[in-house]
Amino acid sequence: MKFITAIIKPFKLDEVREALSALGVQGMTVSEVKGYGRQKGHTEIYRGAEYAVNFLPKIKIEVAVRSEMADAVIEAITNSARTGQIGDGKIFVTGVDQVVRIRTGEIDNDAL
Amino acid sequence: MNIMMKWFTRTVVAGAAAFMILGGASVHAQDAAAPPGAAPAATEAAPAPAAPAAAAPAAAAPAAATPAPPKIDSGDTAWMITSSALVLMMTIPGLALFYGGMVRKKNVLATLAQSFGATCIITVLWMIIGYSIAFTTNPDAGVNTVIGSFNYLLLGPMGLNAVNPLAATIPESVYMFFQMTFAIITPALIAGALADRMKFSAFMWFMSLWLLFVYCPIAHWVWGGGWLGTLGALDYAGGTVVHLNAGTAGLITCLVLGKRVGYGTENMAPHNLVLSVIGASLLWVGWFGFNAGSAVTANVNAGMAAAATQIATAAASLGWMFVEWMIAKKPSVLGMISGAVAGLVAITPASGFVNAQGALIIGISAGVVCYFSSVHMKKVFGYDDALDAFGVHGVGGALGAMLTGAFASNAINMTSKGWLIDGNAGQMLIQFYDVAGVFVYCAFGTYVILKILDATIGLRVKRDVEVEGLDINLHGETVHA
Repeated sequence: MKFITAIIKPFKLDEVREALSALGVQGMTVSEVKGYGRQKGHTEIYRGAEYAVNFLPKIKIEVAVRSEMADAVIEAITNSARTGQIGDGKIFVTGVDQVVRIRTGEIDNDAL
Repeated sequence: MNIMMKWFTRTVVAGAAAFMILGGASVHAQDAAAPPGAAPAATEAAPAPAAPAAAAPAAAAPAAATPAPPKIDSGDTAWMITSSALVLMMTIPGLALFYGGMVRKKNVLATLAQSFGATCIITVLWMIIGYSIAFTTNPDAGVNTVIGSFNYLLLGPMGLNAVNPLAATIPESVYMFFQMTFAIITPALIAGALADRMKFSAFMWFMSLWLLFVYCPIAHWVWGGGWLGTLGALDYAGGTVVHLNAGTAGLITCLVLGKRVGYGTENMAPHNLVLSVIGASLLWVGWFGFNAGSAVTANVNAGMAAAATQIATAAASLGWMFVEWMIAKKPSVLGMISGAVAGLVAITPASGFVNAQGALIIGISAGVVCYFSSVHMKKVFGYDDALDAFGVHGVGGALGAMLTGAFASNAINMTSKGWLIDGNAGQMLIQFYDVAGVFVYCAFGTYVILKILDATIGLRVKRDVEVEGLDINLHGETVHA
């Protein structure tokens, strides 16, 4: 099983969600985060006082999938989240030791 | 329990002492009070409350003749009660929100508390003694040039039918209330300079002492029969009494307090400009009570003052907006509302003396000048006027006062003769005396009060309190949204 973490631009969330749904991914966790990579921040000016804002708002999507689905999921996220501009984000893939569905007690692939 | 008993005992003792002192004084004052109708014609010279009818001052001038009993006008009274409510709204919640939105979230409640707390303490002090020393006539003519009397302690002589000759067609209760709302907003404006770093206890003391020792004398000088009004200074609704006064106090305060921790390096961006826009809009609407209400009557003067106010404010907002658009490349929302406030400030002394064209020019000038005084002056001189109390109110008030001398028109207000329209260049010098007199006395008085407070209870919060935030440390509350 693989755990896929994707940092994407916030306005791309709906597209990514639909792409994953189409693949059969049953659920995900989404959080609002801040960050930067190569994309620079912006400057705000209030009555002459300038503030450089380095952190940009991003969305983090976390989803656990069967190992054989991982490549398809990565491709789906990449295609739906890409704009071609700097700041599109990154995907991190890690391994998962165990997954449990709380309601039924099912484990691993049955819980995905 | 011990703490409660200690403070309970102290409160009872202090209350009993105050009751005895003030009760004794007010009884004495009621015996000694000259009826307000006996005030001499000198008070009529104060240009701010425009005489409703030409006959009234002429009839009251000879001191020996018995003045005709004042006739309460229901239109004037209705308008003045309304104006008072509008001006009160300017402070709560107008100013409260305007400032509140501009500070960081950790200090928003403390900033609102400053406007609200100031409203309450000043109301009570105005009732006890402020109105008396500002707007009554001291029996000694020499003393009356600088301060009024103590005859109105606790508003003792203010009976149901009492009338102040400065506003002969409305009940004194209304005139007192109207002037109270001015006394409230003036010190509350100073909060803009001391934002984010003053102790609440020190702030409340500061409000109280500043009201009594700075605002009341200056109000008396210009409007209450004192030397500036007698000199012929034109300040319709408080360009010098309110705005230059508060702005100067703000400048002194931020110099005494020092810069905020992290100033220049930390992000101190406004946490919610939506609040500030709401606040500025309430200020704009409320200001019609401020300016048109200073006619003290519901007549042509009030109408012209209202029109002038609207024109100048909108013009000033555009002035600031276009200058900022050119220099900073983007017209900011904070800029447009600040421009509007600058226009409101500058038209304040002029509102009842100028025509529409004068209002337009005053508005544009204020928008442009105050942009530079707010945005650039701080950087050049290196002081932390957190919310630009001096940049907008101080500079705007002084500018408005001088432009009043330039654009005042005898055709608009027969108590005034200005430079450009009426050819009275001497008015510019009189306006300058007004500006200089207020600036010097205010700066001196504010400095002394602050130094005394700093030496006794301390002005500024501790560094870790300032960094963590005033809301949680001074008031035990936080905004969770």
